[in-house]
Amino acid sequence: MSKKPTIELRTSPHAHAGDDVVRIMRNVIYALLPICAFTIWEFGLSALALLIVVTVTCLLSERLFNRLNDSASSLSDWSATITGLLLALTLPPGFPLWMGAVAGFIAIALGKALFGGLGMNAMNPALIGRAFVQAAFPVAITTWTPAFFEDRFSQFIPTTLTPPFLQSPTIGEWVETVNIDAFSGATPLALQKFEGVQTDIMDMLLGTTAGSAGETSALLILVCGLYLAARNMLDWRIPVMVMLGAALTAGVFFLIDPVRYPDPLFVLCSGGLMLGAWFMASDMIGSPVTPLGIIIYGLMIGIITVIIRLFGGLTEGVMYAILLGNAATPLIDQITQPRVFGQQRASK
Amino acid sequence: MGLLNLLFGLKSFTHGIHPPYHKDTADKPIRRLPFPVELVLPLDQHIGKPAIPMVRKGQEVVRGELIAKADGNFSVPIHAPATGRVRVIELMPTPKGPKSNAIVLDVYEGSTQEVLWGQPQEMSDLTQQEIIHAIQDSGMVGLGGAAFPSHIKMMIPEGKQVDTLIINGCECEPYLTCDHRIMLEYPKQLLRGIRYAMRASGTSQAIIGIEDNKMDAVEVLRSHLSKGSPVRVEAVETKYPQGSEKMLIKSLLDREVPAGGLPADVGVVVNNVGTLASLGQLLPEGQGLIERVITVAGPGVVKPGNYMVPLGTPISHILQQAGYEGSRTEFILGGPMMGPAVSAMDTPITKGTSGLLVLNEPSIEEESHRIWPCIRCARCVYACPMHLNPSILGQMAAKRKYEEMAQEYHLNDCFECGCCSYVCPSNIPLVQYFRIAKAINREQAV
Repeated sequence: MSKKPTIELRTSPHAHAGDDVVRIMRNVIYALLPICAFTIWEFGLSALALLIVVTVTCLLSERLFNRLNDSASSLSDWSATITGLLLALTLPPGFPLWMGAVAGFIAIALGKALFGGLGMNAMNPALIGRAFVQAAFPVAITTWTPAFFEDRFSQFIPTTLTPPFLQSPTIGEWVETVNIDAFSGATPLALQKFEGVQTDIMDMLLGTTAGSAGETSALLILVCGLYLAARNMLDWRIPVMVMLGAALTAGVFFLIDPVRYPDPLFVLCSGGLMLGAWFMASDMIGSPVTPLGIIIYGLMIGIITVIIRLFGGLTEGVMYAILLGNAATPLIDQITQPRVFGQQRASK
Repeated sequence: MGLLNLLFGLKSFTHGIHPPYHKDTADKPIRRLPFPVELVLPLDQHIGKPAIPMVRKGQEVVRGELIAKADGNFSVPIHAPATGRVRVIELMPTPKGPKSNAIVLDVYEGSTQEVLWGQPQEMSDLTQQEIIHAIQDSGMVGLGGAAFPSHIKMMIPEGKQVDTLIINGCECEPYLTCDHRIMLEYPKQLLRGIRYAMRASGTSQAIIGIEDNKMDAVEVLRSHLSKGSPVRVEAVETKYPQGSEKMLIKSLLDREVPAGGLPADVGVVVNNVGTLASLGQLLPEGQGLIERVITVAGPGVVKPGNYMVPLGTPISHILQQAGYEGSRTEFILGGPMMGPAVSAMDTPITKGTSGLLVLNEPSIEEESHRIWPCIRCARCVYACPMHLNPSILGQMAAKRKYEEMAQEYHLNDCFECGCCSYVCPSNIPLVQYFRIAKAINREQAV
């Protein structure tokens, strides 16, 4: 003991589980990468460009707001990257890139920075971005392209490269030139809702259907979500409750009129339900923290999704259902405070 | 009780955490260290009124002699842990933080350090009241860390009925192994102490609760029990904070101590194994508490082990004997989850000190991560053994809504186990916030 040592003084606990925010965020990205890879394989250059443009816009916006706030860069927490990837995955693969950039900026600006950054946002930023472009560009966001068209690695979907503020080209002609099967330009949900055509469940599980870039393969999303749940980076109860709520609601209507209403399995595998349930409803920031609250929140999202799908004007309701769930979270938390050990009844 | 525990029949409570055990000293028998040259004996080593010194500066004392008497009922006396001379009575650093009055002894180096005080007493002749008095006279407090006077625990408040004595052998804090060694090496004294405690508290059955990572202790104690004994040994799940009174009562008896209440409210008295083993040893001899077993461990210790040390031994002496390394070190009295860090090397081991941990660079680096905003992951909610909502409490603490925390979110039920801070991926110092909030609320209440 020749050298006088420095004595550290800290308050207990002097141990830590070791997990941190960055690790959780990184793992979410790992879980999203296979879905991104699949969408690129499925839709080619356009999907790749969309992923890159949206994500880079999110990162630049995040940095911009750091600057404006005079705060340290928060890019290293990876949350803006997640927002970018998730947002891109919810957009149609042929979505004009400039609109994608708008969505990315809005997602960070209105969905996150306005509230004060990571952890402060009331709702899922990616869905805020998507809701904005859904309202602003109703045509582009419902223009679907067939999966696995032939020249997808050598040419863009024509709408992708629409110059800013100009009308995007109609893709009907282009679809005919690339189409292998009869492609009607509609997602399984739209087919079911407006034409009563049932898409094969196998196609929806594997993702060989039209749809948003990242929502087509229900099976892949399920596997990636399970990875996160297994690593305890995601509360499995939320997606399970969303799926349960959706399946039960759909089941009731299916039993009433099996011809008019889709069966529960179709409801689970179609549209953005899987992606929403596993990667957006489960977003920790917008979901309740109490055990009972999580169940209410999940069921609520599932039920609202199905009700919008069946009775609303839109074909898909996951996005609004999750945003509503996010909005209800503070209230749910408030009324589901757990019974404290040793208390007779929760007094509040 | 969790589903898994129901399936496997393991007794436990809900929530809690599983930090790595680090019980590396579990196979190290209890050893004595050479006597230090000075002892520092704070008068307030226990909860309650400080003891009143009965010696003056320069006075010679023999090992075991009464040197400070209890100030009323809610207090315990102090005995001289070594033969020597009183150097001074003055303010000295303590593990609690603020300095407090302490008797400082210069230890006679040539002394044989025999215990020259106390009259053997026939325990079977004593009445319940006399046993309780004898326990107070021994200066005994909870050796698990709380340092609550033991005789007060045995005195059941009027109108309360107790039926069970629980003996806490969980030792749920990482690193600590002193209770484990006591159970292995002093089973007879422990069982004797249990009998005294049952008579003092008037309980008809006793359960020794031991975490299932110490099955050897379970076996040893069971082998010392005869058939039909009112004492039984139960293994409970190894999970922090199993050793908290409320959690252990829940695990063993499925009874919930009401908020703000005491174990006696659900018919239970809880004592630590170290406390009762010491009582089993001291009471028949009529002697006082002058030494205790501590675990010296942690990555920074050269010779980790379980050591019997005289009370008042400065940590500098223990570190000299056990050796430590590292240019940046942190000294912790007790376990890593709840133990305070100290900087003054003359801070003494007191009655409530169960261990001395030395952390050095790598383990210190680990805990100095950046603090991120709360991402509402709810891990703290699922860790809190009291089923509080640390997430919302933390946000309120940041806004200094301390009173609201106590009134609406049960802040006062928090016993500061630190599970929330342990699991927080944002490294938010939750339990630290709560301590401050409670302290400020206490101050404003006065």
